[in-house]
Amino acid sequence: MTENNTSQRFDITVNIDHLVFDGRSLFRDLRFGIAGGAWTCLLGASGVGKTTLLRLVAGLLEDVSSATVSCSDGEELPGRVTYMAQQDLLLPWLSVLDNVLIGRRLRYETISVTDIDRAQDLLAKVGLGGDTARLPATLSGGMRQRAALARTLMEDRPVVLMDEPFSALDAITRVQLQDLAAELLADHTVLLVTHDPLEALRLGHHIHVLSGRPAVLDKPLVMTDAIPRDLQDTTLLARQAELLDRLRQSAAEMAA
Amino acid sequence: MTVFRPLLVFVILIAAWQILVMLTGVQPFILPSPAKVATALLDRGDVIAGHAWITLGEILLGLILGTILGTASALAMGYFRTARQWLLPVMVVSQAIPVFALAPILVLWLGYGIGSKVAMATLIIYFPVTAAFFDGLRRTELGYLDMARTMGASRWAILRQIRIPAALPSFASGLRVATAVAPIGAIVGEWVGSSGGLGFLMLHANGRMQIDVMFASLFVLAVIAVVLYFAVDALLKRLLHWQPDTQPSND
Repeated sequence: MTENNTSQRFDITVNIDHLVFDGRSLFRDLRFGIAGGAWTCLLGASGVGKTTLLRLVAGLLEDVSSATVSCSDGEELPGRVTYMAQQDLLLPWLSVLDNVLIGRRLRYETISVTDIDRAQDLLAKVGLGGDTARLPATLSGGMRQRAALARTLMEDRPVVLMDEPFSALDAITRVQLQDLAAELLADHTVLLVTHDPLEALRLGHHIHVLSGRPAVLDKPLVMTDAIPRDLQDTTLLARQAELLDRLRQSAAEMAA
Repeated sequence: MTVFRPLLVFVILIAAWQILVMLTGVQPFILPSPAKVATALLDRGDVIAGHAWITLGEILLGLILGTILGTASALAMGYFRTARQWLLPVMVVSQAIPVFALAPILVLWLGYGIGSKVAMATLIIYFPVTAAFFDGLRRTELGYLDMARTMGASRWAILRQIRIPAALPSFASGLRVATAVAPIGAIVGEWVGSSGGLGFLMLHANGRMQIDVMFASLFVLAVIAVVLYFAVDALLKRLLHWQPDTQPSND
Protein backbone atom coordinates (compact mmCIF):
# COMPACT_ATOMS: atom_id res chain seq x y z
CA MET A 1 0.00 0.00 0.00
CA THR A 2 1.45 3.31 -1.02
CA GLU A 3 0.79 5.93 1.60
CA ASN A 4 0.96 8.90 -0.75
CA ASN A 5 -1.82 7.82 -3.07
CA THR A 6 -4.05 10.74 -2.32
CA SER A 7 -1.30 13.30 -2.84
CA GLN A 8 -1.09 12.45 -6.54
CA ARG A 9 -2.31 15.57 -8.27
CA PHE A 10 -3.37 15.69 -11.90
CA ASP A 11 -6.07 17.28 -14.02
CA ILE A 12 -8.74 15.21 -15.74
CA THR A 13 -10.15 16.04 -19.15
CA VAL A 14 -13.34 14.54 -20.49
CA ASN A 15 -13.90 14.73 -24.25
CA ILE A 16 -17.21 13.59 -25.66
CA ASP A 17 -17.96 13.48 -29.38
CA HIS A 18 -21.45 12.21 -28.99
CA LEU A 19 -23.01 10.30 -26.14
CA VAL A 20 -26.41 8.67 -26.34
CA PHE A 21 -27.96 7.36 -23.16
CA ASP A 22 -31.32 5.60 -23.01
CA GLY A 23 -31.98 6.61 -26.61
CA ARG A 24 -31.50 10.32 -25.83
CA SER A 25 -28.64 12.32 -27.20
CA LEU A 26 -27.20 13.70 -23.96
CA PHE A 27 -23.89 15.22 -25.00
CA ARG A 28 -22.35 16.39 -28.27
CA ASP A 29 -18.87 17.91 -28.59
CA LEU A 30 -18.53 18.44 -24.86
CA ARG A 31 -15.23 19.15 -23.16
CA PHE A 32 -15.09 19.11 -19.40
CA GLY A 33 -12.08 19.67 -17.18
CA ILE A 34 -11.57 18.68 -13.55
CA ALA A 35 -8.71 20.52 -11.88
CA GLY A 36 -6.35 18.46 -9.71
CA GLY A 37 -6.51 19.03 -5.97
CA ALA A 38 -9.67 21.13 -6.14
CA TRP A 39 -13.42 20.68 -5.77
CA THR A 40 -15.32 20.81 -9.04
CA CYS A 41 -19.09 21.05 -8.67
CA LEU A 42 -21.55 20.15 -11.37
CA LEU A 43 -25.01 21.67 -11.13
CA GLY A 44 -27.94 21.12 -13.44
CA ALA A 45 -31.63 20.41 -13.70
CA SER A 46 -32.61 16.78 -13.14
CA GLY A 47 -32.38 14.66 -16.26
CA VAL A 48 -29.71 16.85 -17.87
CA GLY A 49 -27.03 14.17 -17.57
CA LYS A 50 -25.00 15.10 -14.48
CA THR A 51 -24.97 11.57 -13.16
CA THR A 52 -24.16 10.13 -16.59
CA LEU A 53 -21.15 12.43 -16.82
CA LEU A 54 -19.98 11.33 -13.36
CA ARG A 55 -20.47 7.67 -14.24
CA LEU A 56 -18.45 8.22 -17.39
CA VAL A 57 -15.55 9.56 -15.30
CA ALA A 58 -16.00 6.65 -12.86
CA GLY A 59 -15.69 4.17 -15.73
CA LEU A 60 -19.15 2.80 -15.03
CA LEU A 61 -20.69 3.44 -18.45
CA GLU A 62 -20.70 0.72 -21.05
CA ASP A 63 -20.12 1.49 -24.71
CA VAL A 64 -18.27 4.79 -24.46
CA SER A 65 -16.27 4.57 -27.69
CA SER A 66 -17.10 8.18 -28.54
CA ALA A 67 -15.84 9.61 -25.27
CA THR A 68 -12.41 9.76 -23.68
CA VAL A 69 -11.31 10.47 -20.15
CA SER A 70 -7.64 11.41 -19.84
CA CYS A 71 -5.33 12.52 -17.06
CA SER A 72 -2.68 15.22 -17.31
CA ASP A 73 0.02 12.91 -15.93
CA GLY A 74 -0.55 10.46 -18.77
CA GLU A 75 -1.64 7.59 -16.53
CA GLU A 76 -4.97 5.80 -16.67
CA LEU A 77 -7.82 6.97 -14.45
CA PRO A 78 -9.46 3.63 -13.54
CA GLY A 79 -8.12 2.44 -10.19
CA ARG A 80 -7.52 5.98 -9.02
CA VAL A 81 -11.12 6.99 -8.34
CA THR A 82 -13.57 6.26 -5.58
CA TYR A 83 -17.28 6.80 -5.67
CA MET A 84 -19.77 8.07 -3.15
CA ALA A 85 -23.46 7.98 -3.98
CA GLN A 86 -26.66 9.46 -2.65
CA GLN A 87 -27.39 6.15 -0.97
CA ASP A 88 -24.75 5.23 1.58
CA LEU A 89 -24.38 1.75 -0.01
CA LEU A 90 -23.37 0.22 3.30
CA LEU A 91 -23.78 -3.55 3.17
CA PRO A 92 -26.41 -4.37 5.80
CA TRP A 93 -24.78 -7.66 6.84
CA LEU A 94 -21.41 -6.12 7.70
CA SER A 95 -20.48 -4.04 10.71
CA VAL A 96 -19.51 -0.41 10.21
CA LEU A 97 -15.83 -1.37 10.48
CA ASP A 98 -16.15 -4.18 7.93
CA ASN A 99 -18.01 -1.85 5.62
CA VAL A 100 -15.12 0.60 5.75
CA LEU A 101 -12.77 -2.29 4.88
CA ILE A 102 -15.00 -3.61 2.06
CA GLY A 103 -12.63 -2.44 -0.70
CA ARG A 104 -9.90 -4.71 0.69
CA ARG A 105 -12.31 -7.63 0.86
CA LEU A 106 -13.56 -7.05 -2.69
CA ARG A 107 -10.01 -7.10 -4.02
CA TYR A 108 -9.11 -10.11 -1.85
CA GLU A 109 -6.29 -8.18 -0.21
CA THR A 110 -5.22 -9.34 3.21
CA ILE A 111 -6.49 -7.01 5.88
CA SER A 112 -3.56 -6.15 8.12
CA VAL A 113 -3.60 -4.74 11.62
CA THR A 114 -2.47 -1.43 10.09
CA ASP A 115 -5.56 -1.44 7.86
CA ILE A 116 -7.85 -2.01 10.82
CA ASP A 117 -6.09 0.73 12.80
CA ARG A 118 -6.45 3.10 9.88
CA ALA A 119 -10.14 2.24 9.43
CA GLN A 120 -10.76 2.81 13.13
CA ASP A 121 -8.86 6.06 12.96
CA LEU A 122 -10.96 7.24 10.00
CA LEU A 123 -14.17 6.24 11.78
CA ALA A 124 -13.06 8.24 14.80
CA LYS A 125 -12.40 11.22 12.51
CA VAL A 126 -15.95 11.08 11.10
CA GLY A 127 -17.32 10.78 14.64
CA LEU A 128 -18.14 7.08 14.66
CA GLY A 129 -15.27 5.95 16.88
CA GLY A 130 -17.64 4.24 19.31
CA ASP A 131 -19.92 2.67 16.70
CA THR A 132 -17.50 0.52 14.71
CA ALA A 133 -19.15 -2.79 15.67
CA ARG A 134 -22.73 -1.69 14.96
CA LEU A 135 -24.76 -2.81 11.98
CA PRO A 136 -25.80 -0.13 9.45
CA ALA A 137 -29.51 -0.69 10.16
CA THR A 138 -29.01 0.62 13.69
CA LEU A 139 -27.50 3.94 12.53
CA SER A 140 -29.21 7.20 11.59
CA GLY A 141 -29.03 8.52 8.01
CA GLY A 142 -26.33 11.02 8.93
CA MET A 143 -24.22 8.38 10.70
CA ARG A 144 -24.55 6.05 7.73
CA GLN A 145 -23.32 8.72 5.33
CA ARG A 146 -20.42 9.42 7.72
CA ALA A 147 -19.52 5.74 7.56
CA ALA A 148 -19.71 5.94 3.76
CA LEU A 149 -17.31 8.90 3.89
CA ALA A 150 -14.90 6.86 6.01
CA ARG A 151 -15.12 4.01 3.49
CA THR A 152 -14.37 6.47 0.68
CA LEU A 153 -11.32 7.79 2.56
CA MET A 154 -10.15 4.24 3.33
CA GLU A 155 -9.86 3.60 -0.39
CA ASP A 156 -7.07 6.17 -0.43
CA ARG A 157 -7.59 7.28 -4.04
CA PRO A 158 -6.61 10.71 -5.37
CA VAL A 159 -9.96 11.32 -7.10
CA VAL A 160 -13.31 11.25 -5.31
CA LEU A 161 -16.55 11.27 -7.32
CA MET A 162 -19.63 12.26 -5.36
CA ASP A 163 -23.15 11.94 -6.68
CA GLU A 164 -25.43 14.04 -4.46
CA PRO A 165 -24.06 12.33 -1.35
CA PHE A 166 -25.71 14.72 1.12
CA SER A 167 -29.03 15.31 -0.59
CA ALA A 168 -31.03 12.82 1.48
CA LEU A 169 -29.96 14.36 4.80
CA ASP A 170 -31.68 17.01 6.91
CA ALA A 171 -30.35 20.57 6.68
CA ILE A 172 -28.20 20.53 9.82
CA THR A 173 -26.68 17.10 9.20
CA ARG A 174 -26.00 18.14 5.61
CA VAL A 175 -24.01 21.22 6.66
CA GLN A 176 -22.07 19.15 9.22
CA LEU A 177 -21.20 16.54 6.62
CA GLN A 178 -20.19 19.18 4.08
CA ASP A 179 -17.76 20.62 6.65
CA LEU A 180 -16.41 17.17 7.47
CA ALA A 181 -15.98 16.23 3.81
CA ALA A 182 -14.24 19.52 3.00
CA GLU A 183 -11.82 18.97 5.89
CA LEU A 184 -11.06 15.30 5.23
CA LEU A 185 -10.90 15.49 1.44
CA ALA A 186 -8.64 18.55 1.40
CA ASP A 187 -5.85 16.84 -0.58
CA HIS A 188 -8.16 15.17 -3.05
CA THR A 189 -9.48 15.99 -6.47
CA VAL A 190 -13.24 16.02 -6.05
CA LEU A 191 -16.08 16.01 -8.55
CA LEU A 192 -19.36 16.75 -6.77
CA VAL A 193 -22.64 16.40 -8.61
CA THR A 194 -25.40 18.25 -6.82
CA HIS A 195 -28.74 19.92 -7.38
CA ASP A 196 -28.22 22.29 -4.47
CA PRO A 197 -26.59 25.60 -5.53
CA LEU A 198 -25.75 26.49 -1.94
CA GLU A 199 -23.87 23.22 -1.51
CA ALA A 200 -21.89 23.95 -4.69
CA LEU A 201 -21.14 27.47 -3.43
CA ARG A 202 -19.97 26.23 -0.03
CA LEU A 203 -17.66 23.56 -1.41
CA GLY A 204 -16.78 24.31 -5.03
CA HIS A 205 -13.62 25.87 -6.42
CA HIS A 206 -15.02 25.48 -9.92
CA ILE A 207 -18.78 25.46 -10.34
CA HIS A 208 -20.25 24.36 -13.64
CA VAL A 209 -23.86 24.49 -14.73
CA LEU A 210 -24.91 21.83 -17.20
CA SER A 211 -28.00 22.68 -19.28
CA GLY A 212 -29.88 21.91 -22.47
CA ARG A 213 -30.09 18.84 -24.68
CA PRO A 214 -27.58 17.96 -25.90
CA ALA A 215 -26.15 19.49 -22.75
CA VAL A 216 -23.62 22.32 -22.78
CA LEU A 217 -21.46 23.72 -19.98
CA ASP A 218 -21.48 27.41 -19.13
CA LYS A 219 -18.32 29.24 -18.24
CA PRO A 220 -17.49 27.97 -14.73
CA LEU A 221 -17.71 30.10 -11.66
CA VAL A 222 -14.21 30.06 -10.15
CA MET A 223 -13.63 30.75 -6.46
CA THR A 224 -10.20 29.97 -5.11
CA ASP A 225 -10.71 30.79 -1.42
CA ALA A 226 -10.72 28.17 1.32
CA ILE A 227 -13.65 25.80 1.75
CA PRO A 228 -16.09 25.17 3.38
CA ARG A 229 -17.31 28.72 2.94
CA ASP A 230 -19.18 30.41 5.73
CA LEU A 231 -22.96 30.36 5.43
CA GLN A 232 -23.03 33.92 6.82
CA ASP A 233 -21.23 35.16 3.73
CA THR A 234 -23.71 37.42 1.92
CA THR A 235 -22.04 37.11 -1.48
CA LEU A 236 -22.80 33.40 -1.23
CA LEU A 237 -26.51 34.10 -0.97
CA ALA A 238 -26.43 36.55 -3.87
CA ARG A 239 -24.66 33.98 -6.01
CA GLN A 240 -27.11 31.33 -4.91
CA ALA A 241 -29.97 33.44 -6.28
CA GLU A 242 -28.05 33.88 -9.53
CA LEU A 243 -27.39 30.13 -9.89
CA LEU A 244 -30.98 29.25 -9.02
CA ASP A 245 -32.11 31.58 -11.78
CA ARG A 246 -29.88 29.87 -14.32
CA LEU A 247 -31.06 26.44 -13.19
CA ARG A 248 -34.67 27.51 -13.46
CA GLN A 249 -34.14 28.72 -17.01
CA SER A 250 -32.40 25.46 -17.85
CA ALA A 251 -35.27 23.44 -16.40
CA ALA A 252 -37.78 25.48 -18.39
CA GLU A 253 -35.81 24.84 -21.59
CA MET A 254 -35.74 21.11 -20.89
CA ALA A 255 -39.49 21.06 -20.36
CA ALA A 256 -40.14 23.00 -23.59
CA MET B 1 -46.49 -15.89 24.86
CA THR B 2 -44.92 -17.45 21.77
CA VAL B 3 -45.54 -20.98 23.10
CA PHE B 4 -48.79 -20.21 24.83
CA ARG B 5 -50.80 -19.14 21.80
CA PRO B 6 -50.10 -22.15 19.51
CA LEU B 7 -50.68 -24.42 22.51
CA LEU B 8 -54.04 -22.82 23.18
CA VAL B 9 -55.05 -23.20 19.52
CA PHE B 10 -54.04 -26.87 19.73
CA VAL B 11 -56.10 -27.48 22.86
CA ILE B 12 -59.15 -25.74 21.36
CA LEU B 13 -58.91 -27.83 18.18
CA ILE B 14 -58.68 -31.09 20.15
CA ALA B 15 -61.61 -30.05 22.33
CA ALA B 16 -63.70 -29.18 19.25
CA TRP B 17 -62.86 -32.57 17.77
CA GLN B 18 -63.89 -34.39 20.97
CA ILE B 19 -67.17 -32.42 21.17
CA LEU B 20 -67.91 -33.16 17.49
CA VAL B 21 -67.42 -36.89 18.07
CA MET B 22 -69.60 -36.85 21.21
CA LEU B 23 -72.41 -34.78 19.66
CA THR B 24 -72.68 -36.62 16.34
CA GLY B 25 -71.98 -40.12 17.68
CA VAL B 26 -69.94 -40.79 14.54
CA GLN B 27 -68.56 -44.32 14.19
CA PRO B 28 -64.93 -44.70 15.34
CA PHE B 29 -63.94 -46.18 11.95
CA ILE B 30 -65.04 -42.91 10.31
CA LEU B 31 -63.68 -40.45 12.88
CA PRO B 32 -62.11 -41.78 16.07
CA SER B 33 -62.16 -39.58 19.17
CA PRO B 34 -58.93 -37.83 20.28
CA ALA B 35 -58.78 -40.22 23.26
CA LYS B 36 -58.81 -43.26 20.97
CA VAL B 37 -56.11 -41.72 18.79
CA ALA B 38 -54.03 -40.98 21.88
CA THR B 39 -54.42 -44.59 23.01
CA ALA B 40 -53.35 -45.83 19.58
CA LEU B 41 -50.39 -43.49 19.72
CA LEU B 42 -49.30 -44.96 23.06
CA ASP B 43 -50.08 -48.61 22.31
CA ARG B 44 -48.53 -48.63 18.85
CA GLY B 45 -45.89 -45.99 19.67
CA ASP B 46 -42.91 -48.20 18.83
CA VAL B 47 -44.31 -49.13 15.42
CA ILE B 48 -45.27 -45.55 14.57
CA ALA B 49 -41.88 -44.26 15.75
CA GLY B 50 -40.07 -46.76 13.54
CA HIS B 51 -41.99 -45.60 10.48
CA ALA B 52 -41.66 -41.95 11.52
CA TRP B 53 -37.86 -42.24 11.52
CA ILE B 54 -37.95 -43.52 7.95
CA THR B 55 -40.15 -40.63 6.79
CA LEU B 56 -38.08 -38.07 8.70
CA GLY B 57 -34.91 -39.45 7.11
CA GLU B 58 -36.46 -39.17 3.65
CA ILE B 59 -37.58 -35.60 4.27
CA LEU B 60 -34.22 -34.52 5.68
CA LEU B 61 -32.21 -36.16 2.90
CA GLY B 62 -34.53 -34.63 0.31
CA LEU B 63 -34.22 -31.25 1.96
CA ILE B 64 -30.42 -31.43 2.02
CA LEU B 65 -30.10 -32.71 -1.55
CA GLY B 66 -32.74 -30.32 -2.91
CA THR B 67 -31.12 -27.36 -1.19
CA ILE B 68 -27.64 -28.27 -2.43
CA LEU B 69 -28.83 -28.81 -6.01
CA GLY B 70 -31.04 -25.72 -5.93
CA THR B 71 -28.29 -23.52 -4.52
CA ALA B 72 -25.76 -24.82 -7.05
CA SER B 73 -28.18 -24.27 -9.94
CA ALA B 74 -29.05 -20.75 -8.81
CA LEU B 75 -25.35 -19.87 -8.40
CA ALA B 76 -24.48 -21.30 -11.81
CA MET B 77 -27.33 -19.37 -13.39
CA GLY B 78 -26.34 -16.21 -11.58
CA TYR B 79 -22.72 -16.45 -12.70
CA PHE B 80 -22.71 -18.03 -16.17
CA ARG B 81 -24.86 -16.86 -19.04
CA THR B 82 -24.74 -20.34 -20.63
CA ALA B 83 -26.04 -21.91 -17.43
CA ARG B 84 -28.89 -19.41 -17.43
CA GLN B 85 -29.82 -20.34 -20.99
CA TRP B 86 -29.74 -24.11 -20.38
CA LEU B 87 -30.94 -24.49 -16.82
CA LEU B 88 -33.92 -22.15 -16.89
CA PRO B 89 -35.96 -24.41 -19.25
CA VAL B 90 -34.98 -27.47 -17.19
CA MET B 91 -36.27 -25.73 -14.09
CA VAL B 92 -39.58 -24.84 -15.70
CA VAL B 93 -40.03 -28.37 -17.09
CA SER B 94 -39.24 -29.86 -13.68
CA GLN B 95 -42.29 -27.99 -12.39
CA ALA B 96 -44.54 -28.48 -15.42
CA ILE B 97 -44.67 -32.24 -14.76
CA PRO B 98 -46.50 -32.84 -11.46
CA VAL B 99 -44.38 -34.78 -9.00
CA PHE B 100 -47.37 -37.05 -8.36
CA ALA B 101 -47.25 -38.17 -11.98
CA LEU B 102 -43.55 -38.94 -11.66
CA ALA B 103 -43.94 -40.99 -8.50
CA PRO B 104 -44.71 -44.37 -10.15
CA ILE B 105 -41.76 -43.97 -12.52
CA LEU B 106 -39.40 -43.02 -9.71
CA VAL B 107 -40.52 -46.05 -7.71
CA LEU B 108 -39.99 -48.21 -10.79
CA TRP B 109 -36.48 -46.87 -11.30
CA LEU B 110 -35.28 -46.38 -7.74
CA GLY B 111 -37.19 -49.16 -6.02
CA TYR B 112 -39.33 -49.54 -2.94
CA GLY B 113 -36.62 -48.26 -0.60
CA ILE B 114 -36.05 -44.69 0.51
CA GLY B 115 -34.24 -43.75 -2.74
CA SER B 116 -37.40 -43.01 -4.70
CA LYS B 117 -38.89 -40.98 -1.82
CA VAL B 118 -35.73 -38.93 -1.36
CA ALA B 119 -35.79 -38.25 -5.09
CA MET B 120 -39.42 -37.10 -4.88
CA ALA B 121 -38.73 -34.79 -1.94
CA THR B 122 -35.62 -33.45 -3.70
CA LEU B 123 -37.62 -32.68 -6.84
CA ILE B 124 -40.30 -30.87 -4.88
CA ILE B 125 -37.74 -28.81 -2.93
CA TYR B 126 -35.46 -28.02 -5.85
CA PHE B 127 -37.76 -25.54 -7.56
CA PRO B 128 -38.65 -23.12 -4.74
CA VAL B 129 -35.02 -22.99 -3.57
CA THR B 130 -33.60 -22.41 -7.07
CA ALA B 131 -36.25 -19.92 -8.15
CA ALA B 132 -36.08 -17.82 -4.99
CA PHE B 133 -32.27 -17.78 -4.72
CA PHE B 134 -31.77 -17.03 -8.42
CA ASP B 135 -34.32 -14.24 -8.20
CA GLY B 136 -32.40 -12.75 -5.27
CA LEU B 137 -29.08 -13.07 -7.12
CA ARG B 138 -30.24 -11.12 -10.13
CA ARG B 139 -31.85 -8.33 -8.13
CA THR B 140 -28.75 -6.95 -6.44
CA GLU B 141 -29.02 -3.23 -5.85
CA LEU B 142 -27.24 -1.46 -8.71
CA GLY B 143 -25.46 0.95 -6.38
CA TYR B 144 -23.60 -1.93 -4.69
CA LEU B 145 -22.40 -3.18 -8.06
CA ASP B 146 -21.25 0.31 -9.11
CA MET B 147 -19.36 0.73 -5.86
CA ALA B 148 -17.73 -2.70 -6.17
CA ARG B 149 -16.66 -2.00 -9.75
CA THR B 150 -14.99 1.31 -8.88
CA MET B 151 -13.19 -0.55 -6.09
CA GLY B 152 -11.73 -2.93 -8.64
CA ALA B 153 -13.65 -6.05 -7.62
CA SER B 154 -13.66 -9.10 -9.88
CA ARG B 155 -16.92 -10.72 -10.98
CA TRP B 156 -16.27 -13.57 -8.58
CA ALA B 157 -15.60 -11.19 -5.67
CA ILE B 158 -18.83 -9.32 -6.41
CA LEU B 159 -20.75 -12.60 -6.40
CA ARG B 160 -19.10 -13.86 -3.22
CA GLN B 161 -19.03 -10.64 -1.21
CA ILE B 162 -22.16 -8.83 -2.40
CA ARG B 163 -24.60 -10.75 -4.58
CA ILE B 164 -24.78 -13.93 -2.47
CA PRO B 165 -25.23 -12.22 0.92
CA ALA B 166 -27.72 -9.79 -0.64
CA ALA B 167 -29.70 -12.74 -2.03
CA LEU B 168 -29.83 -14.63 1.29
CA PRO B 169 -33.20 -13.21 2.36
CA SER B 170 -34.72 -14.46 -0.91
CA PHE B 171 -32.98 -17.80 -0.46
CA ALA B 172 -34.47 -18.04 3.04
CA SER B 173 -38.00 -17.45 1.70
CA GLY B 174 -37.50 -20.23 -0.83
CA LEU B 175 -36.12 -22.62 1.76
CA ARG B 176 -39.06 -21.94 4.11
CA VAL B 177 -41.53 -22.83 1.35
CA ALA B 178 -39.44 -25.88 0.47
CA THR B 179 -39.42 -27.07 4.08
CA ALA B 180 -43.19 -26.75 4.25
CA VAL B 181 -43.74 -28.85 1.09
CA ALA B 182 -40.94 -31.37 1.65
CA PRO B 183 -43.15 -33.94 3.51
CA ILE B 184 -45.48 -34.08 0.47
CA GLY B 185 -42.76 -35.64 -1.66
CA ALA B 186 -41.90 -38.29 0.92
CA ILE B 187 -45.53 -39.23 1.67
CA VAL B 188 -46.61 -39.44 -1.97
CA GLY B 189 -43.61 -41.62 -2.68
CA GLU B 190 -44.56 -43.93 0.19
CA TRP B 191 -48.16 -44.19 -1.02
CA VAL B 192 -47.12 -45.22 -4.51
CA GLY B 193 -44.87 -48.02 -3.37
CA SER B 194 -42.94 -48.71 -0.19
CA SER B 195 -42.58 -51.02 2.76
CA GLY B 196 -41.98 -48.40 5.41
CA GLY B 197 -42.66 -44.84 6.48
CA LEU B 198 -45.68 -42.98 7.82
CA GLY B 199 -47.34 -42.87 4.40
CA PHE B 200 -47.05 -46.64 4.15
CA LEU B 201 -48.33 -47.09 7.72
CA MET B 202 -51.36 -44.91 6.97
CA LEU B 203 -52.33 -46.96 3.91
CA HIS B 204 -51.68 -50.18 5.79
CA ALA B 205 -53.81 -49.09 8.77
CA ASN B 206 -56.53 -47.83 6.43
CA GLY B 207 -56.75 -51.24 4.79
CA ARG B 208 -57.26 -52.88 8.18
CA MET B 209 -59.80 -50.31 9.39
CA GLN B 210 -57.34 -49.17 12.09
CA ILE B 211 -58.47 -45.58 11.61
CA ASP B 212 -57.11 -44.58 15.02
CA VAL B 213 -53.60 -45.68 13.98
CA MET B 214 -54.03 -43.74 10.75
CA PHE B 215 -54.89 -40.60 12.67
CA ALA B 216 -52.02 -41.19 15.09
CA SER B 217 -49.61 -41.42 12.12
CA LEU B 218 -51.07 -38.26 10.65
CA PHE B 219 -50.56 -36.51 13.98
CA VAL B 220 -46.91 -37.58 14.16
CA LEU B 221 -46.39 -36.44 10.59
CA ALA B 222 -47.85 -33.03 11.41
CA VAL B 223 -45.56 -32.74 14.45
CA ILE B 224 -42.53 -33.63 12.31
CA ALA B 225 -43.51 -31.04 9.67
CA VAL B 226 -44.08 -28.28 12.21
CA VAL B 227 -40.91 -28.96 14.21
CA LEU B 228 -38.87 -29.10 10.99
CA TYR B 229 -40.34 -25.81 9.79
CA PHE B 230 -39.60 -24.00 13.01
CA ALA B 231 -36.10 -25.48 13.20
CA VAL B 232 -35.29 -24.27 9.68
CA ASP B 233 -36.92 -20.92 10.40
CA ALA B 234 -34.82 -20.45 13.54
CA LEU B 235 -31.66 -21.41 11.65
CA LEU B 236 -32.43 -18.92 8.88
CA LYS B 237 -33.19 -16.14 11.35
CA ARG B 238 -29.78 -16.76 12.91
CA LEU B 239 -28.11 -16.66 9.51
CA LEU B 240 -29.93 -13.41 8.68
CA HIS B 241 -29.58 -11.74 12.05
CA TRP B 242 -28.65 -8.51 10.27
CA GLN B 243 -31.98 -8.29 8.52
CA PRO B 244 -34.32 -6.13 10.57
CA ASP B 245 -37.90 -7.35 10.97
CA THR B 246 -39.87 -4.34 9.79
CA GLN B 247 -43.33 -5.74 10.38
CA PRO B 248 -44.83 -3.17 12.78
CA SER B 249 -45.51 -4.81 16.14
CA ASN B 250 -48.92 -3.17 16.43
CA ASP B 251 -50.02 -4.32 12.97
